[in-house]
Amino acid sequence: MNTINQSNRTYTEFVKGLWKENPVFVAVLGMCPVLAVTNSAINGLAMGLATTFVLVGSSFLVSMVRHWIPKQVRITTFIVIIATFVSTVDMALEALVPKIHKELGAFIALIVVNCIIMGRQEAFAAKNTVKLSIADALGMSVGFIFALVTLGGLREILGSGSFFGFLLFGDHFEPWIIMILPPGGFFVLGFLLLFFNWLKKNRDERLKKQTAVLSKTMQGA
Amino acid sequence: MSEQFVDREIPIQSSSEPSSLRLIATLGIAGLLAGIVLVGAYVFTLPIIERNKEEALQEAIYHVLPGCSKYEALFLKDGQLVKPEKNTEAGSQHSVKRIFLGYNEKGAVVGFAIPASGPGFQDLIKLIYGFGPKADVIIGFEVLESKETPGLGDKIVKDQHFIGNFSALSVEPSLEGTPKGSKTKPNQIETITGATISSKAVIKALQVSLGEWRPAIQQYIEKNTLSN
Repeated sequence: MNTINQSNRTYTEFVKGLWKENPVFVAVLGMCPVLAVTNSAINGLAMGLATTFVLVGSSFLVSMVRHWIPKQVRITTFIVIIATFVSTVDMALEALVPKIHKELGAFIALIVVNCIIMGRQEAFAAKNTVKLSIADALGMSVGFIFALVTLGGLREILGSGSFFGFLLFGDHFEPWIIMILPPGGFFVLGFLLLFFNWLKKNRDERLKKQTAVLSKTMQGA
Repeated sequence: MSEQFVDREIPIQSSSEPSSLRLIATLGIAGLLAGIVLVGAYVFTLPIIERNKEEALQEAIYHVLPGCSKYEALFLKDGQLVKPEKNTEAGSQHSVKRIFLGYNEKGAVVGFAIPASGPGFQDLIKLIYGFGPKADVIIGFEVLESKETPGLGDKIVKDQHFIGNFSALSVEPSLEGTPKGSKTKPNQIETITGATISSKAVIKALQVSLGEWRPAIQQYIEKNTLSN
């Protein structure tokens, strides 16, 4: 009974980041990398993976040491932990995959100010067990990657006429350059947020109708 | 959901203020550990990063000097190009400005590979170009490092048309930028539409670097009567 509950809980904490509490489309967090690096799908994916490593690593450490950190200095300590992870990732990427490191440029160092990471430490890892914190961090990361690749993919298709570097259209396609410029990021993100809110509203209304019908039949019986 | 999964409140947080000594100790330990990890990562990755850069540089030299199969480094000392001395070679290799003289398989000079840099749209653009001293032409070009806007400014790295400008580009009387499709003179470079600032930054960096190195190169050639 206990283990079933526990694995259920782990699963719930993982899944919530994918859709219901998606860090980008629902919580609208971490807008700096979301808007800045998503001019192509591959950049979005690489940024998402780097963030995943930092987020999971930080959540693991923070949840491990959570009992020893006095409340007054917790934010400072979290920042030290996150910054250490980011610097290590920065150096490791430069040593192991110099090409990708070159591509992401300054944005690796900027992971440290991504509020998704700080937010998950403060809101979750500082209060929960290691296992749940990692589930939470992984869920949020996958949700973040999903958002970055969606946004980057759409912008790349519209702005460069390609997807993950493969040209989709013939020579006659005139790329919509503004889509890979900063304003394009705002446009596409705005429309995506509209779309996801519309989906949510639709679903809520459907649910409401179903409950109404259900309660009517109950009364009838 | 049962209570047991919710973490218990830590007594020290709710009941009393921790002493400042404890706060200082916590931050001190966190800082110390972070420092150790960072120094470890730095020491571990630095030689790999240096080797990667050296390899990338070597590849770039072969790329900007077509037909080059061997090269040697030359340093600028008192306005003259000199071969590295044994004692300076190891220590100050990275602090001294250097260029590379490339030879082909028969031992004839192909040209000089010259690293250069200049301010771009966001940060320094670091590049390397091949210079054929006899005909006074630029024979190859590659961007080593740039943080130009992805999708626009970074076309200076990928745009084949732009890079094609530098296959036989005359440097006399000076380099000149011109919009795409309007090249009429051998010293003109067709800039990239949508990346005007980055294109111009490249041209300026090349011009500055040429001004710096050409006199020394010409002197070196006269002195050594290199067959080119």
